[in-house]
Formats: sequence, C-alpha cells, structure tokens
Amino acid sequence: MTTNRREFLKIAGASTLSLIVPMILCPAWAKEKLIIPGGESPEAISALRTLKAKRWAMAVDPSKCRADCVDCITACHGVHNVPNFGNPKDEIKWIWLEKFAAAFPGENHSYLGESLQKLRLPVLCNQCANPPCVRVCPTKATFQRPDGIVMMDYHRCIGCRLCMAACPYGARSMNYRDPQPFIGKINPDFPTRTKGVVEKCNFCEERLVRGLGPACVQACKEKALVFGDLENPQSEIRLLLGKRFNLRRRANLGTRPQIYYIV
Amino acid sequence: MKLYNKGYIIAGIVVFIILITFPLWYGKGKSSPPTLSLDTPAIAQLKDKRCIEEKSFMRENHMKLLGTWRDEAVREGNRLYTARDGRVFEKSLSGTCLECHSNKEQFCDRCHNYVGAKPTCFSCHVVPGEVNK
Repeated sequence: MTTNRREFLKIAGASTLSLIVPMILCPAWAKEKLIIPGGESPEAISALRTLKAKRWAMAVDPSKCRADCVDCITACHGVHNVPNFGNPKDEIKWIWLEKFAAAFPGENHSYLGESLQKLRLPVLCNQCANPPCVRVCPTKATFQRPDGIVMMDYHRCIGCRLCMAACPYGARSMNYRDPQPFIGKINPDFPTRTKGVVEKCNFCEERLVRGLGPACVQACKEKALVFGDLENPQSEIRLLLGKRFNLRRRANLGTRPQIYYIV
Repeated sequence: MKLYNKGYIIAGIVVFIILITFPLWYGKGKSSPPTLSLDTPAIAQLKDKRCIEEKSFMRENHMKLLGTWRDEAVREGNRLYTARDGRVFEKSLSGTCLECHSNKEQFCDRCHNYVGAKPTCFSCHVVPGEVNK
C-alpha cells in the first residue's frame, strides 16, 4: 500500500482532532465528582467562642520585663512544638529576645541611655499590614487573613526560603532537619513541622479560635504584652497606644508592622 | 493490505501486552485486603458506631475530605464541620479522626501499606497517644 500526500494529511488531521475534541467536550467521566456531604452551620460556629477582630495587634512594654525572664518564649515554644536544635545556625524562633540596637537599628546611637542599651526586648513576627513575605511566596503558603494575621499554610510550603530573605526582621526560621526529635515535649494539640518547611509566629491563631489569647501574653506575669483589636477604639491596646509614645521596628521600610514597642 | 513478517509482529504485540498488563494480573488472588481494627477504647464507648459520614464514603474519600478540611481550616479559618446528619466535628486529624482511631498502626497504616499509599500527614500531625513516651 502506498500512501499519497492527500491520504497522509487526512490521517494526521483525524488523529489531531481525536485528541483535541474530548478535551473540549470535557466528558462527564473526566470531572471530579466528589461532593462533601456536610458543611457549615451557623449554630456550630457560634459555639466555638472564637475571638474576632478587624485588626489584631500587640503592644510590648519592655520596661516591664524582668531581667532574664523568658516566660513568653517558653510558653510559646512549648505550645507550638518549636524544636531546639541546640545550635544558633539552625535555631527556630517564634519569639525571642533582641538587644535594642538590633531591634531598632535606626534609633540607635552611641549616646543612648545605658538602660536602653542594655535592654533586651521580646521580638516576634510583626504581622505586617504590608507583608513582604506574602508578596514573595511563590506558592501562597504565607498569606494574610482579613483580620491581619500573616499566617503560614505549612502544607503548601516548599522550603524555598524567599520569605526568609524578604522578611526584614528575621522572624522566619527554616527546618533544615526533621524537627520532631528535637522537641522537648510534643503538644499533641498542635502539629509539628517537617523538614524543609519555614515557620514563624502565627499570633496564636489556633488559640484565638478557642477564645484564648496568645500564649505569650497569657504567660507574661508583668503584663508587658498587650494584645487586642486596633480597630476597636475602646480596646486596651488602642487606649494604651493613645497614651504612651511607641515605636515600630523599621517602620520606614513600609511594611507597616503591627507590634508596637512602648519605649 | 499486506503485512510483512506477520509472525514476528503478532508475537511481539502479544509479548508487549503480557508485559504491560503484568502488574494487573501478577499477584491477583495472592493477597487479600487487610482487616482494619476498630477496637479502640473510644470506639468501644460509642453507642452509635458511626464515623462522621457513611462508611463507604469515608473509605473512598477520606483523603479528599481531609484535603477539604485542611484548606477550609487553615486558609478560611472554618474549623467546624457539620456532618450530613447534623453532628458537629472539629476539622482536625489528630483531634477528631485519631481520637477514635487511636490505633493508627492497625487502622490507617494497614490499608495505606496494602495499597502502597504514602501519605505525608503524619510527618507533622502527631498521633496523640504516641508522643512523649
């Protein structure tokens, strides 16, 4: 059998059509059929007593901090299964202490009072209103909720560390190894992370759902940390910020951080 | 139309079909699906031994249900699931699923191993009874 040009083109055309047509018609058997039978019910949601706000924020008054107190850090890292790898290079931190000069490089100078120079203030993710980490995340693993919390979906994190490069506060840490063996006591109510995932403070989103305040705020006996809704003019944090002079870390970068330091 | 080397071609096609269907017929009947244990204290206490949805739905679609739960809980903040019969559950693998199915090795793993599924859920979501030994 010899195929002439005309026959060849016919066969080629028919083959192409047979591939394209099913995709255009999108047959019923190619569609996802699953329907989740249940859903939401308003009564159930109100039963959770979730704390809600238009804009969560925190005020920190480091002058109230006792010297060498790490209550907030212990509480946070315990609740959130933060591992301790035992070396500063791999350190995972959600909330930690920083010297004034490191936390506020723009405000630092050689003639600063000794009390400020010695001060070590608790720093954490600033839950920026204009978060650079969210902008750079290629998988949308980091996202901003309507209430302002900059949150991570660890399921989506691919460990590219662009967010770590973007964050001007060093508030993000990478799990270079499997963290589970390095967690002192695993809290079964909160998932651990896995190797190759970046993590950071989530403003205790999982506790707000249950009507509890953040773990660091609850653990602080000196009430140096105040948490609340900035959009509510009657909230404790709003009244406090109205009364006392406060600074935000590296606010000139335009990230609009939401942790306010009363200094 | 004349087919040259008919014998070789037909034999070749037969060998090809046998090889490509090898995984489908090899081992058929040699192994049986694992029996999953429902013998846990939490399930024993249940008056009405029902999972959150129907058994057949859960068996086929638990992974899709969990995937939906994950997205709704993490990204939208909806943490409660109201089942079709009105019962309300928290969307939580460790807190809801493993509360009853606390025997992960006899329940989850048996079937996952049988079908060769390697879910990564448990690299982060801990089994409550297995931590802090």
